[in-house]
Amino acid sequence: MEAGVLAEAAAMPWRRRASERTLAREGRIWTLWSIGVIVTFGLPAALLVWVQPLAFPVSAIFLGHAIAVLHLQARRGARGVKPMGDAVTRPEQTALGLLGDLVGHGERELLAESGLALQRGRLGAWLIGQEGAILIRPVGHRVHCFCVRVGEAGGLPPADRVAHLLLALREDEQGFATVANRNFSGAAWRLRPELPAGSRPALRRARAVARGSARN
Amino acid sequence: MSRLIRLDRTGHTELASWTAEDAEAQQAAIEAFRRELDEGMLASATLADGSAEVVRELPLDADLVVLRRPIAGG
Repeated sequence: MEAGVLAEAAAMPWRRRASERTLAREGRIWTLWSIGVIVTFGLPAALLVWVQPLAFPVSAIFLGHAIAVLHLQARRGARGVKPMGDAVTRPEQTALGLLGDLVGHGERELLAESGLALQRGRLGAWLIGQEGAILIRPVGHRVHCFCVRVGEAGGLPPADRVAHLLLALREDEQGFATVANRNFSGAAWRLRPELPAGSRPALRRARAVARGSARN
Repeated sequence: MSRLIRLDRTGHTELASWTAEDAEAQQAAIEAFRRELDEGMLASATLADGSAEVVRELPLDADLVVLRRPIAGG
């Protein structure tokens, strides 16, 4: 196996390795998909009003359907990440202590507040939860949501699950994005309202970090 | 003092600790490390710049080596 390559990514040679280019391409596909949803429902809605203005309520239902589909996609992305809750039991506290050491002093407070670990990377800023991660691309407008977890997590405290993902990400960022399944990609403003209220400051902070990395 | 720890259901378990002068502790750490790798664990050494490196031999100069389970797409 090539040095520095995530073992899990090396075990999946059929998957194209994630990169700036593949992420940009995926982002464009998601944008096209979203436009497609709006056109599919919006066009008949407009036609209907044009043919019969009194059918406006039916058109509104059509448009509402399009908005609901886009909303559900963003919600799926947000819910897949699963922030940590409070550490109550001894193992949970022990795991949180180690995770706090791993993220360092600067990010420890955000971790406790939001349940998500912030990690700077070459592809952007990452927010890591128990079962997924959010990548905020440089400039901070677009986010990619990934579904990724510990293979056999039975009994692991939440902070340990996050630590697993954080270590894998640090080992090989592109490999991590290769192993993870895609959940959602779109504008950060679409994701924000779908996140638990406590995790929204983490998104704001990660966007600031991503904007900073784009300037450097 | 360098440490070898495993992420597990207790939070984490310290499997070994060693110093540059203690050859016996180093050998015990190497054996514990190999045992865990044989069990399917993956090892990650934290580097000074905050990144991590996959390791298959115990880096005796590392401060912290963490053993973790494989991850998978959800």
